[in-house]
Amino acid sequence: MEARDTIGVSRPFGTMPSRSLEAPSPRYGEKLIKAALAACAIISVLTTTGIVVSLLLPTISFFGEVNPADFFLHSDWAPTFSPATFGVLSIVVGTLSTTLWGMLFAVPIGLAIAIYLSEYASPRARKIIKPVIEVLAGIPTVAIGLFAITALKPFLENFIPALESTPFAAGVAGVAIGLMITPIIASISDDAMRSVPGGLREAAYGLGSTRMKVATRVVLPAAISGVVASIVLAGSRAIGETMIVLLAAGSQATDSFAFTSPVQTMTAFIATTATGDIATGTITYDTIFAVGSLLFLMTLVMNVLAIRLVRRFREVYE
Amino acid sequence: MTSGANGQLTEQDPKDEMTSRPEPTHEKGLSQQIAVTAEPAAAGEDVWAKEKVFEVNNVTVSYDGKAAVKDVSMDIFRNEVTALIGPSGCGKSTLLRCLNRMNDLVASAEVEGEILYHGNDLYGPKIDPVQVRKVIGMVFQKPNPFPKSIYDNIAFGPRVLGLKDIDERVERALRGAALWDEVKDRLKDNAYGMSGGQQQRLCIARTMAVDPEVILMDEPCSALDPISTGKIEDLMTELKEQYSIVIVTHNMQQAARVSDKTAFLIVELDSTENNRWGQLVEYDETEKVFTNPEDPRTEDYVTGKVG
Repeated sequence: MEARDTIGVSRPFGTMPSRSLEAPSPRYGEKLIKAALAACAIISVLTTTGIVVSLLLPTISFFGEVNPADFFLHSDWAPTFSPATFGVLSIVVGTLSTTLWGMLFAVPIGLAIAIYLSEYASPRARKIIKPVIEVLAGIPTVAIGLFAITALKPFLENFIPALESTPFAAGVAGVAIGLMITPIIASISDDAMRSVPGGLREAAYGLGSTRMKVATRVVLPAAISGVVASIVLAGSRAIGETMIVLLAAGSQATDSFAFTSPVQTMTAFIATTATGDIATGTITYDTIFAVGSLLFLMTLVMNVLAIRLVRRFREVYE
Repeated sequence: MTSGANGQLTEQDPKDEMTSRPEPTHEKGLSQQIAVTAEPAAAGEDVWAKEKVFEVNNVTVSYDGKAAVKDVSMDIFRNEVTALIGPSGCGKSTLLRCLNRMNDLVASAEVEGEILYHGNDLYGPKIDPVQVRKVIGMVFQKPNPFPKSIYDNIAFGPRVLGLKDIDERVERALRGAALWDEVKDRLKDNAYGMSGGQQQRLCIARTMAVDPEVILMDEPCSALDPISTGKIEDLMTELKEQYSIVIVTHNMQQAARVSDKTAFLIVELDSTENNRWGQLVEYDETEKVFTNPEDPRTEDYVTGKVG
């Protein structure tokens, strides 16, 4: 570009623009781009629909053979035994147990990290810590699972001696899941809290608030939708986590919430059963999909509840 | 006088605070009491002999080692409105933010020189900035109510400080800011539903709710229309009977209308023109600054020849 100093003094090119205001070309390229972008958006919609349909069809055939009451209301999970029993509650409990222990670990620590990063940390500390946390979020879960059985479990045995008597424990898997999802909560909550306008912080400081009061009474409430979103996302990851529970929680459907009890989760059941030799059309095959559908439903309900919760408590700022 | 801060800024139990500091005694809000307590300045009174709230001595504030305002010395007096005026970048907001240690929140900011608050070093080792900001409140350029109800906005400060009688404090603060009659029926409504002018008066009321001695105002009317501005100016005139007010403003008529004393700052450039900083040119009674300034640069500015 030429320097624009002369604009307003004389027309730099000496010519006048055309008076016609119609488009010089039909702009087909623009239409093509719009179609291509829309096609990409449609792919994700179709994929979701496809997954739901492929889950639903075998699930329907499953409930043709198994009474829904036997499935939902009992906790005698032994679908591969003879005679097979299908009380899904025991593996639902397994999933909820590892998720619960994971969340119990990750929510307080994740929020503490977020508050530290957004309200306390110097720019330099933040510059170092935030990327490290985000790298932690990218560690493959199978590596975290191995870490859980080789390092975390022996470490926790120092505090909970009862762990020594069991090779697998829901609590160990839970803490490992917690390690995996803490960075999600920390990073997204930090982003949400940092986007709260500085004016609100100044107002609170100007009234004689300490940093902690500013963080908990002003910033956190104003950022609540982002914070809840991070927790929901982390919860969905925890419910859906497979490798860690497969390695650290065992494959025994025990129907227990205890820290030291081995459990089989829904995901672990699907993974172990689906990798064995099973013929399509058998009841075992359909069982996998029934459990898969239920898992899908659980995360869906969680998301809907979270959205409701956020709407209820959100503080909208301009 | 009710706002009896005694220069005691070290950390202390808020409950102690409740008992040691006299509560406002008026029944119907501050505005009604003013008629009784007002002390109009008598002719011939020495306006420089009043009680000093701040003594600013050779203060220089830098950001990242670059001075934003250099070598300012001025005294700020009790129950007066003191205006800081000058062109953009002259450091008047920076100076204002030193007075309640808001600059502490900016990691790169550094304050040299001395600021005394009732004779105590405001930057002394035992001084707690949180306590400072409680006694020296602040109203900002853009109205910044919390995204909460009107009631919760006012109650925020008292709650944070662990004070009691929140309902009463909310009502008194709103009455004091001449806002009570407008909002008393919708205290539970979100503050963001108020007009800009109401929001700013809410912010003033919010500051008053923690019973400060000084209120700093950083261009409080620059985002408001003339009618709202007029209301806030009227309010300032009433408030100065109970509080000491320091206001930064771009609006010279405003400074002339509301302030007792005016400080005029300018932007100085060094010979390379790469470094610029603010400098205090003149500090005097407002009337003198606007009608008969000592410095020709002040005269050029206040008469509109420059700036």
